[in-house]
Amino acid sequence: MRHDIEMKLNGERLSVEVHPREVLLDVLRTQLGVKSPKVGCERGDCGACTVLLDGRSVRSCLVLAVETDGHELTTLEGIEHDGLTDVQEALIEHSSFQCGFCAPGIVVAAAELVTRTPHPTPEEVREAIAGNLCRCTGYEAIVDAVVAATRAPAHSGGET
Amino acid sequence: MTIAHDFEYVLPRTLEDAIDVLGRPGAQVLAGGTDVVPWLRDDLIEPALLVDIKAIPGLGEITIDDSRISLGALVTFADLIASPVVAAHAPLLAEMASQVASTGVRNRATVVGNVCSAVPSLDAGPALMVYDAQVEVVGPDGDRLVPLGEWFVGPRTTRLRAGEVCTGVTLVLPPVDHAGAFLKLARYSGEDLAQANLAVVVTEDRNYRLAFGAVAPVPLRARSIEVLLAGRELEDSLVEEAAQLVADEISPITDIRATASYRSHMCRVMLRRGLRAARDRLAGTGPPYGTHVI
Repeated sequence: MRHDIEMKLNGERLSVEVHPREVLLDVLRTQLGVKSPKVGCERGDCGACTVLLDGRSVRSCLVLAVETDGHELTTLEGIEHDGLTDVQEALIEHSSFQCGFCAPGIVVAAAELVTRTPHPTPEEVREAIAGNLCRCTGYEAIVDAVVAATRAPAHSGGET
Repeated sequence: MTIAHDFEYVLPRTLEDAIDVLGRPGAQVLAGGTDVVPWLRDDLIEPALLVDIKAIPGLGEITIDDSRISLGALVTFADLIASPVVAAHAPLLAEMASQVASTGVRNRATVVGNVCSAVPSLDAGPALMVYDAQVEVVGPDGDRLVPLGEWFVGPRTTRLRAGEVCTGVTLVLPPVDHAGAFLKLARYSGEDLAQANLAVVVTEDRNYRLAFGAVAPVPLRARSIEVLLAGRELEDSLVEEAAQLVADEISPITDIRATASYRSHMCRVMLRRGLRAARDRLAGTGPPYGTHVI
């Protein structure tokens, strides 16, 4: 039996008809045309399909589309709706990616981190993206970029 | 890869409604889905009906009542990490949760789901066993409590009967001050399953509780070591004596993640470090919770 579900996707209300066996990742990519979540391991290990569900990062390959009825989803497209974020600009500046397959998941994971921890330490950044596999780089340039983009402003006018 | 077979999906609003539909043939409970969805994809389970329990009120709460902490069936590993109750009374649970998979999985995966999936490497098992946890089960004939030590029957097999749903776990805090440690041996952070894990509780009156995971078909309390240590100070010679008993308690296998002999060796190392970390934490001098001692 198919279900009519309603969700808010990147700020827009929409309804879509899904079968219970349809996975959110596939519905996003094929029915809704949202291509930033990538099809990687399809078992929650690689993080390439990460999206925000009610503001929390989840693996869209581990969520059935029918479970999102009445909920709010944000993908990379929603995060950069008003232009690239500071984190994204820094990732470009630091040449953090090579193939870019992991990039959407890492940007989404970093977005969740920054919401809760506006000025994360390198260790907090590493922990936040520990479930996002990048096979091109050694993660260093990614961590550096997120830290650089979120560094607390230096105190000015203080004693020297 | 899509899920190959069809099933129905329902979202009951009350526990009673859930019990009603769970009586249908081929019904399967769905909570966080981080195990159920891959199992559906791999055809490990082929339910006729998924019963999503996420709309049932009250199951997402962590509550404390005297010496008992209750975790509802929808409490996630991320909830454990964020909980002031856990931080104040059983920080061992948060230390365990912070080593489970990664943020994106912990936001969704439930502690009770981990206990119901019952894979031998589960991290929640040992951490709950050192608190003498009981599993709360509701079925058509009413509710019952199952001690966690009896809950696990074998890999992926528990005492849960058809038509029942697990609504939570309750753990019992020791009557005196205590400290703990959770050690997970794994190859890397982010998604790896435990090669071995160990939960340790040390109480002010020098009682010790120890539970190993991933080194037997089910998680286990190391009773012979607990008996050896009971009432005694952890002198180096006693720790060494305890480490010699580890081999009698565990029965590790060789698999893709580690050999049996490596697991055995490391369990002795983990026991030494875990006991010392918990003891030092109780004295206020140990490594902060969250510090990996293995």
